[in-house]
Amino acid sequence: MGKTLSEKILSQKSGTDARAGDMVIAAVDWVFVQDTTGTLTIRQFRESKKTGLASPERTVIFVDHAVPSPNRQFSNDHHFLRQFARETGCLFFEPGSGICHQLVAEKLASPGEVIVGADSHTVTAGGLGAFATGMGSSDVAVVFALGKTWFRVPESFKISLTGRFQKFVSSKDLILHLIGTIGADGATYKALEFVGDAVSHMAISQRLTVANMAVEAGAKVGVFPSDHVTKEFLRKQGRGRNYVALHPDDDATYEQTIAIDISKLEPMVAMPHSVDNVAPVQTLAGAKIDQVFIGTCTNGRLEDIAIAAKILEGKKCHPNVRLIVAPASRKVLLDAIKAGYVEILVNAGAILVPPGCAACLGVHQGALGDNEVCLSTANRNFKGRMGNPEALIYLASPATAAASAITGEITDPRGLVK
Amino acid sequence: MIFTVMKGRAHKFGDGISTDHIVPGKYAHLRSNLPELAKHVMEDADPTFLSRVRPGDFLVAGKNFGLGSSREHAAVVIKMVGISAILAKSVARIFFRNAINQGLPVLICDTDMINDGDEIEVDLAAGTITNLTSGIKLTFGKIPEVMLNIMKEGGLIPYINKYGDFKL
Repeated sequence: MGKTLSEKILSQKSGTDARAGDMVIAAVDWVFVQDTTGTLTIRQFRESKKTGLASPERTVIFVDHAVPSPNRQFSNDHHFLRQFARETGCLFFEPGSGICHQLVAEKLASPGEVIVGADSHTVTAGGLGAFATGMGSSDVAVVFALGKTWFRVPESFKISLTGRFQKFVSSKDLILHLIGTIGADGATYKALEFVGDAVSHMAISQRLTVANMAVEAGAKVGVFPSDHVTKEFLRKQGRGRNYVALHPDDDATYEQTIAIDISKLEPMVAMPHSVDNVAPVQTLAGAKIDQVFIGTCTNGRLEDIAIAAKILEGKKCHPNVRLIVAPASRKVLLDAIKAGYVEILVNAGAILVPPGCAACLGVHQGALGDNEVCLSTANRNFKGRMGNPEALIYLASPATAAASAITGEITDPRGLVK
Repeated sequence: MIFTVMKGRAHKFGDGISTDHIVPGKYAHLRSNLPELAKHVMEDADPTFLSRVRPGDFLVAGKNFGLGSSREHAAVVIKMVGISAILAKSVARIFFRNAINQGLPVLICDTDMINDGDEIEVDLAAGTITNLTSGIKLTFGKIPEVMLNIMKEGGLIPYINKYGDFKL
């Protein structure tokens, strides 16, 4: 009997014939923390009797959630993390490098790897064919020490994608549509496996967006097969030799199959206060907004900034709207400068903030006021997420966000741009 | 952890309580100061929770409790304010592991049978939940053996310190 992607990867990494429902102990290729989870992880690690990191060259600390530090507490946390990196020789990414998940995709992840991070959006690397999942600090501390962890091998949902996106429709609209269909707990403990002939036409940036939000349906992983697009991406990042061909078997067993013709999708929006509260943008057109946020591990990549720049070129943001743009990494920022996107966006009135998580988690750089409404390209719109339980957050694609920044209200980009 | 019978009052919440409700991201600068962070537990779901909770009480919720971020601080602060177990219709994956890793039991049961303020008795060894206020008895879903063993040691770090490795 054939295997799903998750069963294949976990078989390889556990040295067993791993099948859905089995408990396995798998070797971990990369383990990481960031600045809001790293301090607790290190304290847990030090409470264990284990003395050293299992693999310092595969243990990574990213400082991305509050950069540059907004207060003394974060500065002290960053210092604590930096000291730990110096003591142990693990990899360390200073503020300004970018968001952990973007850097994992740019510099570390390869198909077939197991990646564990103390951040729920670790699932992002599934876009490159990795079995990547978020865990809490205790679990990650033990991976620091042992280089392995236990998993229940997940049952998989086969998400079969056909067709091509319409203009100004993107993979953000696809994943919002899927989460709206199955619900915020529709794939709890499961793997989402994305296959079908549409996949080979999706850039890695688009796959990363989809995998990133698998956790918003409760999934353990969101994983893509690897192909020529993956191979080319890795080659451009200088990791071509890490390419491994990875496909599910034709006779693999799936718990369910969901077929989506992506050519039929339209721009979608998740409404407050849950990610599965999804509606087509047209049904919300005209709703007033105070802030637009383009960035995050979901949609802060060059392609996302490019579409925003295309829509905002020669235009101005609506006077009642603040537009905040946060590139996902230093590389994204540099590439956006070279391509002229930064100049277009700043001319349109955008506030450019440093590579990092920025306004997404409510600590700084765009926290919302009472009753304010934000249209964000992030992955979460929970009550209080952007620093204020009295504020409202809508989630959408970069194209919808850019179009809405111009009009000051939620706007279908297909109607605004010819 | 010794599996004794636990008794306390229910604090009832609805569906979809995220880790942002439990420990809001705006307090992320307090994550190295857990006693201070714990003062904001459940703040964005019910700002009066902290003033009402007593050691031994139960946190009772609907579907998908603890969805969202991987921040284990959510489980840590719930335990710090004295909650002895979480009872929910379903729980998000990362939070489930985090709670067990902190030695905080998470029991999946039909929480429609529990109202805010009800007196509850939980017998982990027997696998029963009794609503002492209504007299209704509930059962809870099976916890995987590896997690039960972690819980018995009071959490993952004590478990690893005892066994040195995972035992599946």
